[in-house]
Amino acid sequence: MTRLITIRYWRLPAGSVRRLRLLCCVAFCLLGGLLAVSAQAEDAARVQMQGLDEQVQEIKTDVLGIAAELSQLEERLLFPSNTQVAVFVELKDPGFRLDAVRIHMDGELVAHYIYSFKELEALRAGGVQRIYTGNVPTGEHELQVAVTGKLDGGDDYSATDTFSFSKDVDPKLVGITLADVGTSGSGISLGDW
Amino acid sequence: MRLIRHTAVSFSLAAGMLASGAAMPAGLQDPYFGEALYYAHQGHYFEALERLDTELAQHWRLDEPARDTLYPHIGDARFSVGDFELRYRMHHRAGRAIRAVLEGDVAEPVRNDAAFRLARIHFQKGQYDNALTALDRIEGEIPEDIRDDIEFLRANVYLALGQPSRAVSVLEALRDEDGLDGFAAFNLGIALLQDGRQTEALEQLERAGRITSDETGQLAIRDKSNFARGNLLFEASSFDAAQASFNRVRMEGPYSNVALLRAGWADASGENFRRALVPWGVLAKRQTTDAAVQEAMLALPYAYSRLEVHGRAAVLYGRAVQVFGEELEKVDASIRSIREGQFLEALAREEIRQNKDWVIRLRQLPETPETFYLMSLMASHDFQTALQNYLDLEDLRKKLSAWESSFDAFDDILRIRRAYYEPLLPEIDSRFRELDAQIRLRMEQRERIDRRLKDMLVAPRPEFLATAEERVLSARIADLRRRLDGAEGSETEMLQARLARVEGALTWRLETEYHQRFTEAHENLAELNVVVDRMKAQHEAFVRTRQAALHSYEGYDIPIKRLRTRVAQAQAQLKRLMGRQGHLLETVAIRELEVRRDRLHAYQSQARYAFADSYDRAAKAQADAGAAEAAAEAGVTEGEQG
Repeated sequence: MTRLITIRYWRLPAGSVRRLRLLCCVAFCLLGGLLAVSAQAEDAARVQMQGLDEQVQEIKTDVLGIAAELSQLEERLLFPSNTQVAVFVELKDPGFRLDAVRIHMDGELVAHYIYSFKELEALRAGGVQRIYTGNVPTGEHELQVAVTGKLDGGDDYSATDTFSFSKDVDPKLVGITLADVGTSGSGISLGDW
Repeated sequence: MRLIRHTAVSFSLAAGMLASGAAMPAGLQDPYFGEALYYAHQGHYFEALERLDTELAQHWRLDEPARDTLYPHIGDARFSVGDFELRYRMHHRAGRAIRAVLEGDVAEPVRNDAAFRLARIHFQKGQYDNALTALDRIEGEIPEDIRDDIEFLRANVYLALGQPSRAVSVLEALRDEDGLDGFAAFNLGIALLQDGRQTEALEQLERAGRITSDETGQLAIRDKSNFARGNLLFEASSFDAAQASFNRVRMEGPYSNVALLRAGWADASGENFRRALVPWGVLAKRQTTDAAVQEAMLALPYAYSRLEVHGRAAVLYGRAVQVFGEELEKVDASIRSIREGQFLEALAREEIRQNKDWVIRLRQLPETPETFYLMSLMASHDFQTALQNYLDLEDLRKKLSAWESSFDAFDDILRIRRAYYEPLLPEIDSRFRELDAQIRLRMEQRERIDRRLKDMLVAPRPEFLATAEERVLSARIADLRRRLDGAEGSETEMLQARLARVEGALTWRLETEYHQRFTEAHENLAELNVVVDRMKAQHEAFVRTRQAALHSYEGYDIPIKRLRTRVAQAQAQLKRLMGRQGHLLETVAIRELEVRRDRLHAYQSQARYAFADSYDRAAKAQADAGAAEAAAEAGVTEGEQG
């Protein structure tokens, strides 16, 4: 947990001011004048920044709207619902350091993903990764999942498991869950979403 | 349970938004919601919002939202949207999202959570009265995990509204809460100070400055407490006590340099210049772009001069003149570089921003002199916001640019699909129409048979179940009977008798085998149903595939055209906005650098003057020492001669 506290509590100590005044009163008079001018300019810049901030928020809203529309169009165009298949990865074993996942669908390599630290943390925190979206015909299909990583104790771990799933006319959402890795079976299970 | 729990509040007028992630609920039912969280946990709030906005829009469009997979998570999803928007610095939308939750029919803890979040947004925007109003709406059951945060925020609002005594009352109840990591203890000290209770403030800051921890945030607040206490004591001319507080600030940390500088001044103010040499000596060797270090480069020789070590003072003043000159060159180079547009380019460098300490790394890059003095600018919340906005705009620009090129790819896909399907479809459609007519005919036949079999259950008709051979035989019998009708003679009678026997044999067979044949007919119909179902499925699959083929290239022109226009408009607006935002950043950066340059000029002038003065004093001291030595030698010689 991180907290930020920004407190503006800064006053020049009287002693240092006195001495510096003795040392360079002329220079500091000049500097004081400059700082006063600078403060006015800062206020103007602050107002300008706040105005721009409002506009930045507006354009973010616009671009998010475009992104949503575009992703729907893209999905319709590239992955029509009658052939669409999406594969998700979920990690339910926080002690397992997932390094990579490799997926073959009907014997063809469709995804090989190597995880960064941030991605692994996101999975551990409960996020779900969509690792693959593609098209398959209706009917039965085979999915081979290979996982590599490190177990809680630091030992290398790799496992491969093969599953089958059925595709009908609706979009198919397949979930790969990694749980209790290294304790029972391969730790890989497949489910529908 | 909240998926993303904001647990931080800030005290300043320019507070930053902080939050911490929490685990997902067991049994996630909507993978796209999980995907939004996956992005959010990596700090990719744009992607998280895009995903969640789409999911929520689809959810609200459903006739029966309760059957949607998002339904069990809908409360969390609505909160998460507000969270993500807040973290993506979209306060307006975040406020609206949270107000929507507040005004909805939700449970008391959920409403209170929403009110807290709304209060925090108001606080961050400097709308303290509104923040207090939102906090006052909180009543009844409060989620345990935000109970302390609510009170902490309330105290901060009181402080911001200039009501320190009320803040003290709230913070006194919170000061020992583990979850607030010493922040409550520090803020209580500040509240007491603002309330005019200086002695109690000092005691409280003393407590806050002695927290034992290994956590970075707590160590920073401990340093801050010690630094604030040291300043208070310094101003009260309690130099020794001030010095002790400054000494408790860690040597490596955000307050280290200023604490060393003040510690030196505390010693110097107590006329203990020899002790002041230690902190100033350490500080003077540090990164020379830091303002405290630059001041120490003057303060250190000043201490030597007060100790009458003018030679050493002259050397250090000389070094200060040289360093200030070098720094002036850096500042001038920085200003030039910014004016040439390199500052914004350096900030937008993707590989730099991959690192969380990217601002610090940026300062260390030799090819980006314009960023050497960035750290002091980054202390300003407004500058941070403006910088972050600029970087967000740069990200949006890249996205829009990528999308723009993807439209061309879409056009290609559509063109290729059209070229493939359009020549094929007329022939396929023609063949399909023929097959479709046959299918309909067969289906009618099947329906007729089905109807007939059902009728036969009520009124048995054995002749309906005759085989083709039997039907031919029956027709021949009928024909022969017609031909024998009207004929006479013994041979005719014999033939009629034979015909009757044959007819009887046929009727016997049809009657006796009727039930078996009826059962077989039903079984055959059932087998036919299987084939018919398969045919229907194939028919439907074909219709769907046919539609999909058409839909794979039809109906995209208008949406793509509309999106192209929207992207182009957004790009134009973005360019304008980036120009203004960038110009503002450059202006602020240049102004900051000019202030630093003027200060360096002043320091340099002062160092030059002091250098000359110290040099003269050192020379005079040396001359005096030489004269004294000569006089002493002369005295010795005279004595010897005498």
